[in-house]
Amino acid sequence: MAERKLRVMVAKPGLDGHDRGARVLARCFRDAGYEVIYTGCHQTPEQIVSAVVQEDVDLLGLSCLSGAHRYLYPAVTKLLKDKGVDDVTVIGGGIIPEQDFQAMYDAGLKAIFVPGTTLETIVTWINTNVKPRA
Amino acid sequence: MYFAKEVLESSSKMRQRWEDEVKKLVSKWADQKPEAQWSTVSDLPIKRLYTPDDIKDMEFERDISYPGQYPYTRGNQVTGYRGKYWTFRMFSGMGDAATTNARWHMLLKEGQTGLSTAFDFPTLMGYDTDSPKARGECGKCGVAIDTLEDFLVLTKGVPLDKITTSMTINPPATALWAMYCAAAEIQGIPLTKIGGTIQNDMLKEFIAQKTLMCPPEPSVKLISDTVEFGTLHVPRWNTISISGYHIREAGSTAVQELAFTLRDGMEYVEDVLRRKKLDVDTFAPRLSFFFNSHIDFFEEICKMRAARRIWAKAMTERYKSKDERSWWMRFHTQTAGCSLTAQQPYNNVVRTATEALAAVLGGTQSLHTNSLDEVWCLPSDFAVQIALRTQQLIAEETGAANTIDPLAGSYFVEALTNEMEKQAWDYIHKIDDMGGMVAAIEKGFPQLEISDAAYKFQRQIDSAEKIMVGVNKYVSTEKETIPFLEIDDKIETEQIERLQAVRRKRDSKAAMKCLNDLKAACKKGENVMPYCIEAVKALCSVQEICDVYREVYGEYRDPGLY
Repeated sequence: MAERKLRVMVAKPGLDGHDRGARVLARCFRDAGYEVIYTGCHQTPEQIVSAVVQEDVDLLGLSCLSGAHRYLYPAVTKLLKDKGVDDVTVIGGGIIPEQDFQAMYDAGLKAIFVPGTTLETIVTWINTNVKPRA
Repeated sequence: MYFAKEVLESSSKMRQRWEDEVKKLVSKWADQKPEAQWSTVSDLPIKRLYTPDDIKDMEFERDISYPGQYPYTRGNQVTGYRGKYWTFRMFSGMGDAATTNARWHMLLKEGQTGLSTAFDFPTLMGYDTDSPKARGECGKCGVAIDTLEDFLVLTKGVPLDKITTSMTINPPATALWAMYCAAAEIQGIPLTKIGGTIQNDMLKEFIAQKTLMCPPEPSVKLISDTVEFGTLHVPRWNTISISGYHIREAGSTAVQELAFTLRDGMEYVEDVLRRKKLDVDTFAPRLSFFFNSHIDFFEEICKMRAARRIWAKAMTERYKSKDERSWWMRFHTQTAGCSLTAQQPYNNVVRTATEALAAVLGGTQSLHTNSLDEVWCLPSDFAVQIALRTQQLIAEETGAANTIDPLAGSYFVEALTNEMEKQAWDYIHKIDDMGGMVAAIEKGFPQLEISDAAYKFQRQIDSAEKIMVGVNKYVSTEKETIPFLEIDDKIETEQIERLQAVRRKRDSKAAMKCLNDLKAACKKGENVMPYCIEAVKALCSVQEICDVYREVYGEYRDPGLY
């Protein structure tokens, strides 16, 4: 039987409305053959985590350009842990200064993609590092 | 006919010779850039050469005319920039009110001639800093304002009867404008003397910027309230700045920006007219616009020239306006944030300068120039000063302001202006057929058109079909780093303390009464502005006012179209 499609959620935590990157990525993921769920803007960490559980996704991509990633990304990963979700890969993008990278990795993000990254780079990373969960 | 028959005939002969020579040369070149890639950043195809043939159907009086004369292709102002330069208006706001007030005074000292306020996301979305939804955002993308007390700190030492202030505020525009009115009253200045702009354009929020509160219909109702209140009581105020900027930043083409913005403008005019309280010429002269100036130099100039012509036609033909002042499209411009790159950030100075020059040649009346560091953070003092100097330099040194609309009559500029106008009208008519912009938004039409364009552009960048220097060509191996302006996380705690202190000291009963009165007014369909002014004076917060709207009108959630 063919491997099922990768289920990917693109999420916009916080009040940030800069959604161009998130929308472009959602399209790109669809074209890459993934099943895509895009949350739209203005999701609380709680809403995102409950959507992750409900939709049973393999990968969660967070996008924030307002500077609030320092609070929001760790808030999402902490809630995931609290719910016992430990097999969803979390990646992040947006305006993330290099000095914040370590804190993001420490919070459990597996990759950070910043401005100038090609779509292909992101898809290649996902195909290499994320497999549909059994 | 714009040209004598003989001119066109001789042009046609000479053209044949030129085309033959081009063909000969091109056939020898091995790796020519494909024809289709000689196009604008928005993918409008551009020809190798423009000639009299391209504008032979134009009529001087009908299409080009004079500055200050219909259809205003050459500008609204008879004197151009000789009467007055465009307003140097840098968009600024960060951290708390005191920090932003200090930046404002610095900019005024450096020769800025108008103020413009950036609010943080909680303020923009109508939440107080202590709302759980606001966590982590305080002061990050602009200044945090919760109550009138913050607003008074923000405007401290700013003479509100002399300086005009623009506020980029949309869902809570009524609340923030009410604060401005209250602050003027406290300074002893009558409402008839204050001038400025509230962005207050919700349609483009649904389409692009996504600071959202209530559904489209009540959102437009609140906007019409401000238009009515301004027309009757605050005559120097621009109660709406119909904005294409964010549409473009969200990834639209230049034509989409032009079409969706102008169709939004028409929607607002139609809603005010539907209320049958105001004649079109009482309020239309105060409608203002806001465009993006992107990196494609000529496309931007032509967009602005076409915009004035479309608006003049719409006002006279669609709304039977009789007053010339209603026909003028007055607009502010901001250079394109999305054209800047995180890589090699100093190159951004050059991009911004090019875009600012396009805005000036397009006849803007007010301009914000982005700072080189704005891809990464809010601008530092150092970066914002270069940005301000960029426009001062264009005004004072380059000669660009010497003569009005210097590119008029150029075969290329006139042909591209015509083409963009035509394509914009096609979109406008399509949206008319859908039943207007609110209906089009409900169908997701403009949102998905923009998504198509944004995705296409990203793939063109990835394949290097379109070039961004430092990103997909001329890439440096060495990393260029610039200092970042950091917004301290402790500002959030301090702002929450200030807000809670205001709540403790205010007369709670009076505040609750104001909110109840506002709620009753919303339910009865009355104009909310007088109630808002009372509410902010009683120290009701931005969120308390917006919660009333959310309760009465319902809350709108981003449908997440892509």
